Amino acid sequence: MQIETPAALAGPYAHARTSIQRTMGLVMLALLPATLFGFWQFGWPAIFLFFATLSTAVLAEAACLRIAGKPQRPYLLDGSALLAGWILAVSLPPWAPWWIGAVGALLAIVVAKQVFGGLGQNLFNPAMVARVALLISFPLEMTNYVQPMPLFSADAPGFLQSVGISLGQPGFDAVSGATLLSHVRTELSQGLTLSEILPDMGYLFSGAVGTIAGSMGETSALLILLGGLFLLAKRVITWHTPVAMIGSLAILATLMNLYDPEHYAGALYHIVSGATLLVAFFIATDPVTSPVSKMGQIIFGAGCGVLVYVIRTWAGYPEGVAFAILLMNACTPMIDHYIRPRVYGRDRRGTPIEYADNAEMRK
Amino acid sequence: MKLFKIRGGVHPHDNKHLAAEQAIEDLPMPALLHIPLQQHIGAPAKPAVRRGQRVAKGDLLALSQGAISAPVHAPTSGRVMGVGSYPAHHASGLSVRTVTLMPDGEDRWSDEIQGVPDPFALSPEEISARVAAAGIVGMGGATFPSAVKLNLRTRYRLHTLVINGAECEPYLTCDDRLMREQADAVVDGIRIMAHALGVERIVIGIENNKPEAQAAMAVAASVDPRIRIARLPTRYPMGSEKHLVQALTGRETPARGLTADIGVVVHNGATAFAVHEALRFGRPLVSRVVTVSGAAISRPRNLRVPLGARVQDLLDYCGGFTEEPTELISGGPMMGQPLPSTRVPMVKGSNGVLALTAAEVARHEPMPCIRCATCVQACPCGLVPLDMAAHTRAGDLEGAVSLGLMDCIGCGSCAYVCPAHIPLVQFFNYAKGEMAARGRTKQKLTETKRLAEQRAARMEAIKQAKREAMAKRKREAAAQKATPASTKVSGVELPAAEQPAAAAEA
Ligand code: SF4
Ligand code: SF4
Repeated sequence: MQIETPAALAGPYAHARTSIQRTMGLVMLALLPATLFGFWQFGWPAIFLFFATLSTAVLAEAACLRIAGKPQRPYLLDGSALLAGWILAVSLPPWAPWWIGAVGALLAIVVAKQVFGGLGQNLFNPAMVARVALLISFPLEMTNYVQPMPLFSADAPGFLQSVGISLGQPGFDAVSGATLLSHVRTELSQGLTLSEILPDMGYLFSGAVGTIAGSMGETSALLILLGGLFLLAKRVITWHTPVAMIGSLAILATLMNLYDPEHYAGALYHIVSGATLLVAFFIATDPVTSPVSKMGQIIFGAGCGVLVYVIRTWAGYPEGVAFAILLMNACTPMIDHYIRPRVYGRDRRGTPIEYADNAEMRK
Repeated sequence: MKLFKIRGGVHPHDNKHLAAEQAIEDLPMPALLHIPLQQHIGAPAKPAVRRGQRVAKGDLLALSQGAISAPVHAPTSGRVMGVGSYPAHHASGLSVRTVTLMPDGEDRWSDEIQGVPDPFALSPEEISARVAAAGIVGMGGATFPSAVKLNLRTRYRLHTLVINGAECEPYLTCDDRLMREQADAVVDGIRIMAHALGVERIVIGIENNKPEAQAAMAVAASVDPRIRIARLPTRYPMGSEKHLVQALTGRETPARGLTADIGVVVHNGATAFAVHEALRFGRPLVSRVVTVSGAAISRPRNLRVPLGARVQDLLDYCGGFTEEPTELISGGPMMGQPLPSTRVPMVKGSNGVLALTAAEVARHEPMPCIRCATCVQACPCGLVPLDMAAHTRAGDLEGAVSLGLMDCIGCGSCAYVCPAHIPLVQFFNYAKGEMAARGRTKQKLTETKRLAEQRAARMEAIKQAKREAMAKRKREAAAQKATPASTKVSGVELPAAEQPAAAAEA
């Protein structure tokens, strides 16, 4: 998109030290702790998958820019493709074969972003589009989770074995493990109660620290939270979306838990498990696909929270974040159309404010 | 005192340290002064001097014209070299009527200059008449004739006079210095204005980045229990009149209205100083304090400048440039205007001359909007800048207007924070200008249409008269001959006879 600048140059003749590149860079920095922790937990296969995803994303972006005849430098350096790839990678099962990441990155960049017109134009979050498409197309690979086997630990796969895992060759005997969400769901469907499935609160601890099976960068709730707080402190995001999302999810979970504690897990369970925090701080806050007004963001976040709960609890998938995000993305244009900030000097309907004690003396 | 929150706003690097510690100095009298006859909003003043005429400092050079206008006075004694046209202090660089004055070096005040021993004994009408005669206009940059604002008391029930000492634009320190160095005079001017307005409350708003000015003004203001000093948080655009009033009273000025609608009048501190000079000493507005700053200026300063001095004179006195500036700005960096050249003269509303380097301006190639909403958070008016810009870009100016374009104060907060470096204000200026032009065209079209309709009606009347005349003739002819054939012939003839006439009319 070429930006013609109409009329004469105008101020301001000063600018805050901001750029798209800086924004994207800060988000990546915030993702770094959880990502590195994921590398350590899931070893070489995760690292391979990560780089396969990111490099495909950047190559796909470059190719699309070339076809569209856009300048490569500014758009590649803005970091948006890298970040989309990054977010997709951390939401994949860590031992998925490399091509899962590559196909996902292609879907994210080509289908979800460039087809819509490139940077800033996409309606749906690219990483979530890819995640959903992969889940539907490759359900096996996308639900094959492993227990953490820290890098260099005794039973972790070596470098060459890891190459084999990444290429999808059978051989290495991984301890496959269901994620907390799917484990609980399966057991519940077999008629067990929550107090039988989760006899103690240990799952909360492991979920917070991240020593559980799960996606590459989603396991450690604490590190994700750390990154999210960093983004808040740096004012890359505002509190409205994450607080609304976590809040609505927590309220719903608490209510249902009070209603039937044996079949509906409480708020903390939902917050530490799955991708809740990653989505709340990094994906629901994606500027391009979320509303621009504070009130709009609160509605958007609350909608995401409710949908996540509903999908996790009653729909066919143990984890509902990607669907929730896409559904709310679709609502964004409508939210932005109807929810606008109140204009200075006007009431909500747009008519100029009138005071009872108006000072004008009407003669 | 209790302050209220305003929405949005930004915290630009204020860069006031460059000039804040420089005491006000007098600019040495330049060899020539070019005094434009329009230094205010409203009708230009009408020349009252001839070429070759000798004038004393403070003599009238041009008369105020009409209800909203301001007279212009001689900034020093000397000889009028001519009344001609000269480039204006305006981005367009267009020429305006200008008196050129050659100073005689004596800087001798006119003998007629005389102050009032006790301004508080004057009636409000007399005060505002004197303020009008002194050519005082809003010196914060708005340049609206101050006397007109003092006269608002006749139409509104005013209760508060707010003095805008926020000086929220980065770099500018002229108000800061004036309040520090001339606090007593400024407070005196404020009290005179309050007397003229008949208000019971006076609030002086000064941002917290000017603690010395706050302290000096607090001491000076202790003479009058009605005056309160408001220590404003440092935030741009705190000095926007309507936002300042909101911060002080908690009330928003109704859209498209005046602060007077909620009983408040806002004047600038430098205007108060000018009122003091005019009432106590009878001195008209012939000079003002200007901040010359920016990283490209060798020695940033605050100068008391005779109106009509060229920008170049100021730059020379400040040691010229350290490097070629990217932008030469009149006013502050947020809302200032580019100067077309260094030849243009200083005017009543110019509070700053900034020579900015590329690093300071930090202009980048724009990228597409990523809808990050930073601009929405920054807008002090509750607008959605990204949408207004998108509509403008798509050519849908009505759409931009329905989103609040006309409520945009052009403060530049949105563009300042935009990570995509989209020149949002540029879009809005374009759209506002285009809408104004369309308004004029529409007016013209309506006028043309009215004229055309009038003309058509006239033509129709003529035709009608002709047709009737023709019919009459025919009836007469028929009556004379009374043959059936002739009716038929005349039936064919009728349109043929009318056509050339119609063509001639068209
Ligand atoms: S700040 Fe710039 S990039 Fe962000 S939403 Fe506004 S216009 Fe778009
Ligand atoms: S320039 Fe207009 S749209 Fe931008 S922040 Fe200021 S008032 Fe809002």
